[in-house]
Amino acid sequence: MADSHNIAWRRAVVDSVADVAENIRRIVLRPERPCSVRPGEHVDVRTSVGGEKQVRSYSVVDAAEDGTHLALSVFRTPTSRGGSVFMHSLRPGQLLEITQPMQNFPLRIGAPSYVLLAGGIGITAIAGMAALLHRLGADYRLVYVARSREAMAYLDDLAALHGDRLEVHVDAEGTSLDVRTLVGSVPGGAELYMCGPIRLMDAVRRAWVERELDPTNLRYETFGNSGWYEAEPFTVRIPRLGVETCVGSDESVLDALERAGVDMMSDCRKGECGLCQVKVLELSGRIDHRDVFYSDRQKEPNTRMCCCVSRAVAAGPGTVPVPGSAVLTIDVP
Amino acid sequence: MTVSATKTTTTAKLLPSPLNAWFVAGWDHEITAKGILARTVAGRPLALYRSQDGRAVALADACWHRLAPLSQGKLVGRDEIQCPYHGLRYNAAGRCTSMPAQETLNPSATVPSFPVVERHRYVWVWLGDPTKADPSLVPDMHQLDSPEWAGDGETIHAPCNYQLVLDNLMDLTHEEFVHSSSIGQEELSESEFEVTHDETSVTVTRWMHNIDAPPFWRKNMRDKFPGFEGKVDRWQIIHYYFPSTICIDVGVAEAGTGAPEGDRSRGVNGYVMNTITPETERSCHYFWAFMRNYRLESQLITTQLRDGVHGVFGEDEAMLLAQQEAIDANPDYEFYNLNIDMGGMWVRRLLERALEAEGRLAALPTA
Repeated sequence: MADSHNIAWRRAVVDSVADVAENIRRIVLRPERPCSVRPGEHVDVRTSVGGEKQVRSYSVVDAAEDGTHLALSVFRTPTSRGGSVFMHSLRPGQLLEITQPMQNFPLRIGAPSYVLLAGGIGITAIAGMAALLHRLGADYRLVYVARSREAMAYLDDLAALHGDRLEVHVDAEGTSLDVRTLVGSVPGGAELYMCGPIRLMDAVRRAWVERELDPTNLRYETFGNSGWYEAEPFTVRIPRLGVETCVGSDESVLDALERAGVDMMSDCRKGECGLCQVKVLELSGRIDHRDVFYSDRQKEPNTRMCCCVSRAVAAGPGTVPVPGSAVLTIDVP
Repeated sequence: MTVSATKTTTTAKLLPSPLNAWFVAGWDHEITAKGILARTVAGRPLALYRSQDGRAVALADACWHRLAPLSQGKLVGRDEIQCPYHGLRYNAAGRCTSMPAQETLNPSATVPSFPVVERHRYVWVWLGDPTKADPSLVPDMHQLDSPEWAGDGETIHAPCNYQLVLDNLMDLTHEEFVHSSSIGQEELSESEFEVTHDETSVTVTRWMHNIDAPPFWRKNMRDKFPGFEGKVDRWQIIHYYFPSTICIDVGVAEAGTGAPEGDRSRGVNGYVMNTITPETERSCHYFWAFMRNYRLESQLITTQLRDGVHGVFGEDEAMLLAQQEAIDANPDYEFYNLNIDMGGMWVRRLLERALEAEGRLAALPTA
């Protein structure tokens, strides 16, 4: 019970849109009723994908104090499942359906110190936390990493607000983050909040475990939409049901199987709950595990996978990947 | 507390409770490392316990998974609570530390953990915005743990909205009618009183000069001055502190010996310490103690005073229940206000301003 999640849909008007970084658009909404927003909260949005209503979650990056406006920032991925394309198509005056702000990533007040780590678009979940810690006079560091400065939303605003507390790491400038150094510098008792690509978060998790820091002080939110490999199309088969279908690079195995009429069980759709797990019977290629439900020990044999986020790829060690050639043969409950 | 421009006082008979405020969750001795106390504060069920290093912890009393009450679970490890249903464990920060049926932890698995302060023999909890939980906002109840005062108290589970208890304590003219055999006397209703207030407190002062001491006070005078006879000057100075603490400076002194001017040496002085914690819209936890600053060594007097006040407050409890039932039975009828409600009306205004600042100033639904 992180919070009340009685989802209440309401209307919101698009107030303004603006590009704030490469492929990142800031969308300011005016909900029909003012709502207060706490750091780490997200709203669900009813998007229209290929004429079909689909729900997507977006972190609230900031909001007016009186709750009349709230801003989302949406990254348009090359392999969008359709939600970000829809969000980028929004124009001022347009009506949307959104939920109240919901909390899955609460910032705890009262830790002795904090490290906030944002990778790329992950800044949307982290920026509000940083602003609150700044206001409270807390001891915090804000670490912001990305491939290039062009891809970093809100960089100037963050530098102005946080001064020396902001550390920027940019791959293109040769200043990539060294995760072990970062985790090595975290004081005992500090809480680390992170949001970003799964590679970055996995590296932090490993370093955290190695240093034997309190696992509950490592806080993260994952939407399971980044992996170790680029998403590519592949084939999924369920022999028992006589089903075979192609999973496009812009959809999940779960989406594809539901589209094919398979009665699937799932809940969180972000690789956390494990309800969508399937048995892997045969695999040509490898599995890109994008969930946080399985431990590394459980992922390693590739006998099960969370089909809401994890994928198959053709790439193998030392081989030239042939996109579209992976075949995943599974059984479902 | 933010003071807004609210000037009107609503005619709401009952108020919801503000959340950005410290409320007593329990006496310090009620919250232990041996078991879990289930107590609802301002509509929020809490599981209260102490970690092995003695810190009090307040977690929401509902497991993240299927909302089973954590208070029915058990304490494990240094500071963890284990859900009685599927064994999920949470630490004092409310973070899940173990999901027995899987090797990983769901990153969103937490239960709310509320700020706690231990002060004046109570454990106080803050249910609202944790960024505003400033320990300096805990009301001053220093008589409870000062070496210059002695006494003890109890808890009443009062079957009424907390506001009715505040009204009751802010206007003591009811003593003449509700407590006629102990502390009541007609001078209570007849004497003048003064009200002052600021942004977080209200004070009602009443002096009764040259009167007979009622039975309770005659007994107290004789504890300090054996064989005392004669008239007294009696006082009641009611100090309300936001949101729901009322400390009443009470006493009598030999008439004409200067008590109104500040010399209480020929008298006896007590403090009735009251702090009211809303439970539901129609019930509250009423923590009280009677403290005195004379004969500090006498456990006999402590016990007699606690028993005496227990009897007096039993009379209040019966009236508060009857009043709540009448309010529920007469939903279309309003309250009317009298001059004697001056103190209570200022209390309502301070509470209403706080509720308005939280966007929660809506009348409670009627029964």
